[in-house]
Amino acid sequence: MEFRTQVTVVPRVNGDPVRTTVSPRTTLLDWLREHRGLTGIKKGCNEGACGACTVLVDGLRMNGCLTLVAQCDGREITTVEGLSPPDGSLHPVQRAFAEHDAFQCGYCTPGQLLSAVGCIAEGHAGDEGTVREWMSGNICRCSAYPQITAAVLAAGEGERR
Amino acid sequence: MKDFAYARAGSVDDVVAALSDPGTAVLAGGTELLNWLRLGIAEPDRVVDIADLGLDDIGGDGGSALVIGARATLNAVGGSPLVAEHAGALSSACLQAASAQIRHRATLGGNVLQRPRCPYFRTEAPVPWPCNKREPGSGCASLAGRHERQAVFGGTDGCVAVQPSDPAVALAALDATADVVGPAGWRSIPMREFHLSQAEAAATGEPMREHRLDPGELILSYRIPVRGDRSAYVKVRERASYEYAIVSAAGTVRLGDDGRIAAARIALGSVAQRPWRLDDAEAALVGLPATREALLPVVDAALPDAAPLAQNAFKVPMARNAAVRALLLAAGGAA
Repeated sequence: MEFRTQVTVVPRVNGDPVRTTVSPRTTLLDWLREHRGLTGIKKGCNEGACGACTVLVDGLRMNGCLTLVAQCDGREITTVEGLSPPDGSLHPVQRAFAEHDAFQCGYCTPGQLLSAVGCIAEGHAGDEGTVREWMSGNICRCSAYPQITAAVLAAGEGERR
Repeated sequence: MKDFAYARAGSVDDVVAALSDPGTAVLAGGTELLNWLRLGIAEPDRVVDIADLGLDDIGGDGGSALVIGARATLNAVGGSPLVAEHAGALSSACLQAASAQIRHRATLGGNVLQRPRCPYFRTEAPVPWPCNKREPGSGCASLAGRHERQAVFGGTDGCVAVQPSDPAVALAALDATADVVGPAGWRSIPMREFHLSQAEAAATGEPMREHRLDPGELILSYRIPVRGDRSAYVKVRERASYEYAIVSAAGTVRLGDDGRIAAARIALGSVAQRPWRLDDAEAALVGLPATREALLPVVDAALPDAAPLAQNAFKVPMARNAAVRALLLAAGGAA
């Protein structure tokens, strides 16, 4: 076992393998924004309190600020940029957010969207109380919670149909 | 964040060898370590990632115990039907901890090693006020400042912070043990003895020590005895989700054929720097009916050594009520 001051890993970002060499302290959040130019992920609190940096890692929602790139070798990272299909249409969860007016300023929205995709995939989108509990890691300071909850419920309903 | 060197351990022996250098930190989920690094609470030169070690199984040992690997995530533990069946309090505590996305990363091994949430402690270096945990000998700004969320048991003039882990409270009530490995080999630590109050730490000569895991040791798994008891966890907090406890309680109950309590255990959370077991109440509960009227005075009588500070006397009755609710839930009644 060798300790290294530079780490080379190959995560897949929105489907494409990306070979990268980073300082071990580089977080997934900073790497996506600063190295990959994917600015959908947001640096809200940088301590795991706000959820604005939520991405999917191997399909599970996680905080980019609490994840090192060094931990992502071979992992599939999905950001909001990879959520919609290549034809430019919207992901069903994005459509539900638009239809339910589930955002105001939009800063938290990329994290909310990915968290919602994860929440639905986990089976935690069956009723309002469950959605509120399992979406609590995403803070919305515009307080669009009723609309976000409605959008997640609608998108979850659409997936089950 | 200070730079560090990184390696992925290929074996437990790799980790133990790496930890012989005291400038080495273990990385499991990273949800706590990364914040320590940002704030300067820890400044390791080397970080050893244990991602390739497995250690995340949740299973039985053939009947007498539930065994949970230290790398099992809080969502994995909380979502396990086996844990829900045999250790309901732990299942509930895991799912009431943090947020869904943190629980996908945070591990049960790392969770019990989290450090207090005292805002005077959790600040970026250089620490602008006294904090004995950050600058030994500097004092405690919380005692002179705000301390409504601090300890009502076991605090000292040097520190009054509480251990915030939810799962640790459940593990203490369930009589779980942690299997750990270190330079001296393997050993087992009862979870009810794992953490140290400040008063206990002072008696060891290391007043800011928070647990009995020695430097260089790694938690491998937890063992929870399966006794047929039912258990529950009650968390009281200022918002309904994604918040640390003001107080919490884990209770286990076994009812006799007469419907009365045959055995019970209680651990309180966020009232001390360790889960606080109520041994006297546990003994006195035997033979009582599982009703609020019967339980409340017994739990109340077990709290005379509470020593609240000026701002947190409310925690004592709140903890008592949480304990009664946990016992009633464990007994299968309404709480």
